Amino acid sequence: MNITVGVATFLAAAIEAIEMVAIVVAVGATRSWRAALVGAGGGLLVLAALITALGTALRNVPLQPVRLVVGALLLVFGLQWLRKGVLRVAAQGWAVGQGEEHVDDLDVPPDRFDWTGFVLSFKGVSLEGLEIAVIVVAVGGAAGALGSAIIGAAAAVVVLAVVGAATYRLVARIPRRALQLFVGALLSSFGTLWAAQGVGVSWPGSDLALLWLVALYGAAGAVLLHFVRGWQLPAAPTGTAPVSGEVR
Amino acid sequence: MIVVRWIRAFVEFWIDFVVGDDWTVAATVLAALLGTWGLQRAGLPAWWLLPAAVIGITTVSLRRATKGTHRPTRPR
Repeated sequence: MNITVGVATFLAAAIEAIEMVAIVVAVGATRSWRAALVGAGGGLLVLAALITALGTALRNVPLQPVRLVVGALLLVFGLQWLRKGVLRVAAQGWAVGQGEEHVDDLDVPPDRFDWTGFVLSFKGVSLEGLEIAVIVVAVGGAAGALGSAIIGAAAAVVVLAVVGAATYRLVARIPRRALQLFVGALLSSFGTLWAAQGVGVSWPGSDLALLWLVALYGAAGAVLLHFVRGWQLPAAPTGTAPVSGEVR
Repeated sequence: MIVVRWIRAFVEFWIDFVVGDDWTVAATVLAALLGTWGLQRAGLPAWWLLPAAVIGITTVSLRRATKGTHRPTRPR
């Protein structure tokens, strides 16, 4: 066992695994745990098939186009949620949908499988997993210690998955409307980072740019919430103009 | 017939996923990505364009969605 390679791969893979687990927990808490976990499982299956088929040739897989497509899709979807989150918090307040309380949410089909949640989770896991596989092949292959690199990366995924499993109940306690707004900002941040990287942009601070993007979009959401309340007309008798937040 | 229905459902799913309630958001993201690519190719700083476009179009879209709506009367 090459300890240096194992630790280096663990740390590099942990950064990707944090992103993977964050997306799965966010989708599970706001949409459907079943769809999020099936999507994550599907992503891991596709990844296992890719690794089996390509082996060390994974190093030659062009990540830029994958980042562009996955990032752009996450961005447009995340923005829809950010927008809906702002409108709904403006209309109903922060506290709606706390814990297991039922929320009349037309985004999530009550009696059908949530394919949107599946796709979000699948894309997050398969893209991040692919990046972990490339790290393993690059670091392990270069040092001639592929086994140590695999152990380091697998340990990172397992540790972060355990952390995700241990914290999901805390996430589920956050009011659903507030969570929708935050998850919208989170998905938009991932999408912005990856899509721009996909067209060749180097972010200030590299992948750490995700942190200021989340802060920026979160702050923008809070400011826009304030504006939306100001843009609304004063409360009117029922049967007149619609109340803000009555969106699909 | 079942295949046609599946294909239609598949296409509708992706249109709803990408376009959602306001098509101008997806169109602006696409335009901003093209602009980012153009700035990058010209050797200019390009990282700022996408976040700026995202915040701009979200503001415009929310303004449009709130036009003519009333503040809710239900208790917070």
